[in-house]
Amino acid sequence: MPIQQIFEGKINNMQIIDKDGNVDELLDPKLPKDLLLKMYIYMVLTRTFDQKCMNLQRQGRVLTYAPSLGQEAAQIGSVATLEDKDWIFPSYREHATYLWRGIEMSQLMTYWIGSELGMKIPEGKNNFLVSIPIASQALHAVGAAWAAKLRGDKVVTIGYFGDGATSEGEFHEAMNFAGVYQAPCVLFCQNNQWAISTARKKQTATTSIAQKALAYGVKGIQVDGNDVLAVYKATKEAVDNARNGGGPTLIEAVTFRRGPHTTADDPTKYRKEDEVKYWEERDPIRRFTVYLKKANYLNDELEKKILDRSVEEVEKAILEAEATKMDNPEDMFNYAFGTMPVYLQEQKNELMEYLRSKKV
Amino acid sequence: MAKLNLVQAINTAFMQEMEKNDKIVVMGEDVGVDGGVFRVTEGLLAKFGPNRVFDTPLAESGILGTAIGMAVYGLRPIVEFQFEGFSFPAYDGVLNHLARIRNRSRGRYTCPVMIRSPYGGGVRALEHHSEAPETLYSHIPGLVVVIPSTPYDAKGLIASLMDGSDPSYFFEPKRLYRAFKQEVPEERYTVPIGKARMVREGKDVSIITYGAMVRVCEEAADSLMQKGINCEIIDLRTISPMDTDAIITTVKKTGRCVIVHEAPRSFGTAAEIIARINEKALMDLKAPVKRVTGYDVTTPLPKLEDFFFPDAGRVMKAVEETMSF
Ligand SMILES: Cc1ncc(C[n+]2csc(CCOP(=O)(O)OP(=O)(O)O)c2C)c(N)n1
Ligand SMILES: [Mg+2]
Repeated sequence: MPIQQIFEGKINNMQIIDKDGNVDELLDPKLPKDLLLKMYIYMVLTRTFDQKCMNLQRQGRVLTYAPSLGQEAAQIGSVATLEDKDWIFPSYREHATYLWRGIEMSQLMTYWIGSELGMKIPEGKNNFLVSIPIASQALHAVGAAWAAKLRGDKVVTIGYFGDGATSEGEFHEAMNFAGVYQAPCVLFCQNNQWAISTARKKQTATTSIAQKALAYGVKGIQVDGNDVLAVYKATKEAVDNARNGGGPTLIEAVTFRRGPHTTADDPTKYRKEDEVKYWEERDPIRRFTVYLKKANYLNDELEKKILDRSVEEVEKAILEAEATKMDNPEDMFNYAFGTMPVYLQEQKNELMEYLRSKKV
Repeated sequence: MAKLNLVQAINTAFMQEMEKNDKIVVMGEDVGVDGGVFRVTEGLLAKFGPNRVFDTPLAESGILGTAIGMAVYGLRPIVEFQFEGFSFPAYDGVLNHLARIRNRSRGRYTCPVMIRSPYGGGVRALEHHSEAPETLYSHIPGLVVVIPSTPYDAKGLIASLMDGSDPSYFFEPKRLYRAFKQEVPEERYTVPIGKARMVREGKDVSIITYGAMVRVCEEAADSLMQKGINCEIIDLRTISPMDTDAIITTVKKTGRCVIVHEAPRSFGTAAEIIARINEKALMDLKAPVKRVTGYDVTTPLPKLEDFFFPDAGRVMKAVEETMSF
């Protein structure tokens, strides 16, 4: 037989709660009420945080900010599957993952106010730093997972990135290393349809991002990224599988960036209102609300209470963040090296002397 | 003549050059429909169409690598990296290929790719958006590195790059993008590569600088004038190849020199200028040459950035110390 088929691949898409809140009973992971409510609370909290940061940016109290509006289910559904010992490697848009993983909201705001202190992750929290160079963190996530495997730790890592990131070489290298070393990690792509003004269709000629997994010997699945249960179920399976020696998974969460890319961006230049409306109708929080109410885990009163509490918490956080003593000028020198070279000490002295001379 | 800011001058230059030469193509992330995040390439897609202006996939090494192939084939790509801090995925391509094609082929092939990025600090941005990495590029043999400080120069320098056959990196000081307007001729003109500009003549001390620091130095020079110190200011415009003549001439004239750039100090442009002064004008110096630069640290986030970038006060202090040496 001179011609034989040597490979065949298929990729599934999973949805559990549809856009109107109807649930697929067979697929429903039937999570405990406490966990479901906690996920709901953090989704609402993230959205409240997001709106606040957008408003504060307009007032000049927050710098450039990358909103996560519309992506709450993708972020919470995935991060909720982790244990404390696991690691996250976010990009710049994963506010929900930091909040879920115990970063104080006031500290997170400190970062978006423009201080390095915002990324001084508290001891004992396995959260890696905001990574702005696109796709870089995917490799870091793979490396940490590989290290965990080498050390015999049952630790899993998640690397978060966007649809645009899948064009960078680093994404492909991350996939390949993950496959070759069977690193216990999840490569989690939030396909929010846009990389600034560049549509997903212009990034890749493939029908899905998930299918790229097959070429690297990595498992792949596409989920409705606005369905928190589908995201949870797919990620939990991937995390459990990685923890038990089953290797990496690429998850494509299909979602939508409803806000601008950042506060510096004007999306009316490149996309139509219709598209935004289409995705508003697929809002992740609304459909989860319907699901929780049907299950009798949530009622109007509790819904309002959760929202009010979120608003309070966000207001408190911004006041705290603004009251935080930000870095001193010396701090920009203090973390350059483990031991400060003499010439750098001289530069520091030069600046401090200059600042004193300006005061008099 | 129209009064244009830096964004408009660069945009006009591209319009004109692309009209003149149909081999010029523009490629990068968000340069088409969006017109670039600073709107520098605004209107190019509408005017020249999707076979001249490309919203590429998000991959700097991919953009640069394919631009090299295009250039070798005969096109003239203008490549945008969205911010200077995101140029590094392509650094291998610049260092190991782009800048070496002429030499590797003993002149048989040239690779006239023009890379461009917003450059430098002062706009209160996130990490990697306020960098001054010119040294990392001017250290590469065969690569022209240009940093304009005025709309007029920007347009003329682009025309020269388009006439030349060298690969180049054109850094656009983002804090100057909309800082001021200047008369810019509508007709095509060139500003030579490798030639510094005399910003103002003076007799007491030479300030050598470039990019957004030119304005900072002018501010310092105005204040120093009131104290009776008469500064000469030289704007390098091209970092590599560097205009050694202009440097030596001014240092021989004043005998005193302060060099100002926003990039970190060690191994920087100022260090190179001082080395050239040592080689050719050491005996003309009346005082040691001073450097006013960014510090040898990671560019800080906005809460601390004002402490990092040189300001007029720091320039004045250095000039006064030089004068009283
Ligand atoms: C290496 C690199 N190139 C360019 C940029 C500028 N940039 C910031 S975000 C972005 C688009 C990212 O799109 P995607 O990966 O889909 O993530 P999203 O922003 O949609 O979450 C670009 C081009 C960058 N941060 N890093
Ligand atoms: Mg995206």
